[in-house]
Amino acid sequence: MSEHDTHEKSRNVIDDRHPVADPGLEPHQPRLTDIDEHAANRAERQVVLAFALVPVLAIIFVVCYFAVPKTWEVNFGPLHANALHVILGTTLGGAILLIGIGAIHWARTLMGDHEISEERHPAQSSDEARAEALEIVEKVIDESAVSRRKLIIRSLLGGVGIVAVPAVVLLADLGEWPTAARRAETIERTIWAPELKPGTNEVAKYRYIVNDITFKRIKASDLRIGQLVNAEPENLQELHGTEFNQEKAKAALVVVRMDPNSIRVPDSRKDWQVGGILAYSKICTHVGCPISLWEQQTHHLLCPCHQSTFDLGDSGVVVFGPAARSLPQLPIAVDDEGYLYATSDFTVPVGPSFFERDSTKDFRKGDN
Amino acid sequence: MRLLSTRRRHPLMRALFLALALFAMGALYTAVAPSSSSNADGGQSTQVEEGKALYQVGCSSCHGLQGEGTSQGPTLIGVGSAAVDFQMATGRMPATAPGAQIPTKPNRYTEAEIAAIGAYIDSLGTGITIPEQGQYSMSRPQRNAFPEGTAGDAEYNAAVEEYERVVARGGELFRTNCSACHNFEGKGGALPEGKYAPSLVGVSGKHIWEAMRTGPQQMPVFSQEVITDDDARAIIAYLNELHSRPNGGLDLGGLGPVSEGFWAWVLGIGGAVAFAVWITAKGVRAK
Repeated sequence: MSEHDTHEKSRNVIDDRHPVADPGLEPHQPRLTDIDEHAANRAERQVVLAFALVPVLAIIFVVCYFAVPKTWEVNFGPLHANALHVILGTTLGGAILLIGIGAIHWARTLMGDHEISEERHPAQSSDEARAEALEIVEKVIDESAVSRRKLIIRSLLGGVGIVAVPAVVLLADLGEWPTAARRAETIERTIWAPELKPGTNEVAKYRYIVNDITFKRIKASDLRIGQLVNAEPENLQELHGTEFNQEKAKAALVVVRMDPNSIRVPDSRKDWQVGGILAYSKICTHVGCPISLWEQQTHHLLCPCHQSTFDLGDSGVVVFGPAARSLPQLPIAVDDEGYLYATSDFTVPVGPSFFERDSTKDFRKGDN
Repeated sequence: MRLLSTRRRHPLMRALFLALALFAMGALYTAVAPSSSSNADGGQSTQVEEGKALYQVGCSSCHGLQGEGTSQGPTLIGVGSAAVDFQMATGRMPATAPGAQIPTKPNRYTEAEIAAIGAYIDSLGTGITIPEQGQYSMSRPQRNAFPEGTAGDAEYNAAVEEYERVVARGGELFRTNCSACHNFEGKGGALPEGKYAPSLVGVSGKHIWEAMRTGPQQMPVFSQEVITDDDARAIIAYLNELHSRPNGGLDLGGLGPVSEGFWAWVLGIGGAVAFAVWITAKGVRAK
């Protein structure tokens, strides 16, 4: 009791550490249920009702689980769902919610509500305990002979350090070492590259542009102004599994036809297009999302991930957003029958930046 | 025959034979003469006249008296009746005001009036014409369309399997060509500067076909030669299947993480805060 008194006093002292007097706990006020028996009985009934509804809902859950056919549907405003799922969710969810509501109502109305304060104690151990602990540490160091035979501890540290090397070496499994030669045949190349005659630089076979999914070749005359085609190289069909997916992701193309009078074609890219039909990589140069959200009137291609916007009427330069590089354009031509094919691979790597990427060949706004 | 031969000198016989001869002549004429095409020609030209009159009242202030276009609206020469049907039947045209995007609204023209304006626009230059139902429509096989018994069962099951294969292919085509703007559920999405790709829920197959072929507003064209009518039918069948199925509860607009996050924030965290306030509130005191 005396301790409590001194504590009360110290709380009310205003000094540098406690500039505001601690008002302490406010006096306890009885609740309606503390003084009115009827109110208490009513609260009890409410709690019991909440708890009593729980088994009811649980029984509905079990009955409906077996009785409601899986094909029934609920159509109520925007809710368009499987009836069984809605019933199971509402009954079980409601049951759990009622347990919580009953318990809290019980605690708020009927359980004792006297506030209790408990003093915190300093976390630091007593000085004696600290001195004893230090003594033990020193004794252990002394008995382990480390202070006299230093080589032991050094060899131990060296040995433990070397164990990290095998773990680091395992990181080599993350992928091949990106040497320049390796990059040139992986991330800097797509399957648009024409097939060469063995041992020469002569082209054996150009890659035709085909409609994605249907793999139909695309005739230049079939494209109307304002048309967009999601395309892939014809030779993609020869691949399977992981390789198919990897090459599809890199080679994906958007082919668009615009009114040649409404676009700007630089002199260096005069031969890259066929009467206003231009082909661009479908992979955003920011972080590599596939993009085909194209506004045919503004010629803007918008990436849905971070709103990078490329102007396909101006060699794919960035007009908005976080992308730093123009969309790579694929040089295309038509064969004798009017089908579109790629005359070479992309001239720059497609997709997002990587550490070793050479960005000097990228098209910049105003280049010719 | 005896009746005819014995009464052949009856005064009424002459009239009867005259009537028969006229009937035979008329029948011969209708069979031989190119009556149907001449009739249709006549009908079409009056339809074009009607369409022109309607056009001049409702459309010419923006698209020009001859459909040549003005600073307010593009030329309609060569757009075709499919573009007219799409724009007018969905209520986009005539537009009430210029803006970032022309919205849909209740259509006040009858089908015949729209067809007349379409015929007039077709007469200005060849374009995409209104499709036949078979070009865009395809429905799930019904059991009662096949014979009874196990043979009928097998036929029906094969038809359903084929239909579902087409729908799956339509889904692939939709996700490759359409979902970038219209969202993977066909619920539409935002474009820059106040424009948007509209929702495809409840849009008729005919209008989807017409939009693909004509490329309205910012939408690119998907021509018949590249996305064939088979492909278009598969895409439309996929959308119909997708939108007729339960979507697993409240879809919150089907817009992905933005609307889901918004509702989790408002209802989820809001509800948790409300409960926390209720748990800690002191409640009514006796004094």
